[in-house]
Amino acid sequence: MAITKRPTSPHLQIYKWGGHMLLSILHRATGVALGAGTLLLVWWLVALATGPDDYALFQTYMRSIVGKIVLLGFTAALMLHLCNGIRHLFWDKGLGLDVETTQRTNILVFLGMIILTLLSWAIGYGLVQGV
Amino acid sequence: MDMRTPISKVRGLGSAKSGTGHVWMQRVTAVALVPLVIWFVASVVQMTTADYFTVRAWLASPVSAILMILFIVAGLYHLRLGLQVIVEDYIHTRGMKVALELLILYGCIIITVAAIFSILKIAL
Repeated sequence: MAITKRPTSPHLQIYKWGGHMLLSILHRATGVALGAGTLLLVWWLVALATGPDDYALFQTYMRSIVGKIVLLGFTAALMLHLCNGIRHLFWDKGLGLDVETTQRTNILVFLGMIILTLLSWAIGYGLVQGV
Repeated sequence: MDMRTPISKVRGLGSAKSGTGHVWMQRVTAVALVPLVIWFVASVVQMTTADYFTVRAWLASPVSAILMILFIVAGLYHLRLGLQVIVEDYIHTRGMKVALELLILYGCIIITVAAIFSILKIAL
């Protein structure tokens, strides 16, 4: 393919950083991370279908320090993608597209991620009983 | 002036030849995934200390099995569409693009089938 020196559109280093830009990048990054997390989910299901020994092995990995860090990252990625995804659905409706609202919902998305992640882990660790 | 032929207007597929199907299905699966993700997280956080037989019994109930299959199908469909767009955005050589698209598609299908098979094996 011939290399053409056409002018390129402005890229990352041109724009002023902001919460919206960070969240846009994180939405895609967490999407990819959740794809990797899906492998854990299917490992869990296959281990559950295979038998107690395979399930015990899965539990051993997940209860290790590395396993817990991965699961915490999985939870945070899921919650960020969920909160920002809900905002994307409102944007699709044409709602909340102005700068002021976007800046406010930036904070809401980050807060939502933190609260939902902490809530999940609090319940998961038995600090809060049931739902 | 509109240069499009009548058949092109009726089909509504545009220059990308696939119309709005991709972006629409991304939204359809996204809306479905909101309640499914909440159900999934609310369920698994209650089973972090549960043993094998407790978790298996939970997944064996029809409601859990049906929701888990729906979660897997909607999630993997959504994942495939999302990863496809990333490849389209960043990979510009034809061969690599086709190879990655196939890898993503086959990968998502394999994961979906493995998950559904496992769920049915437990639930049936």
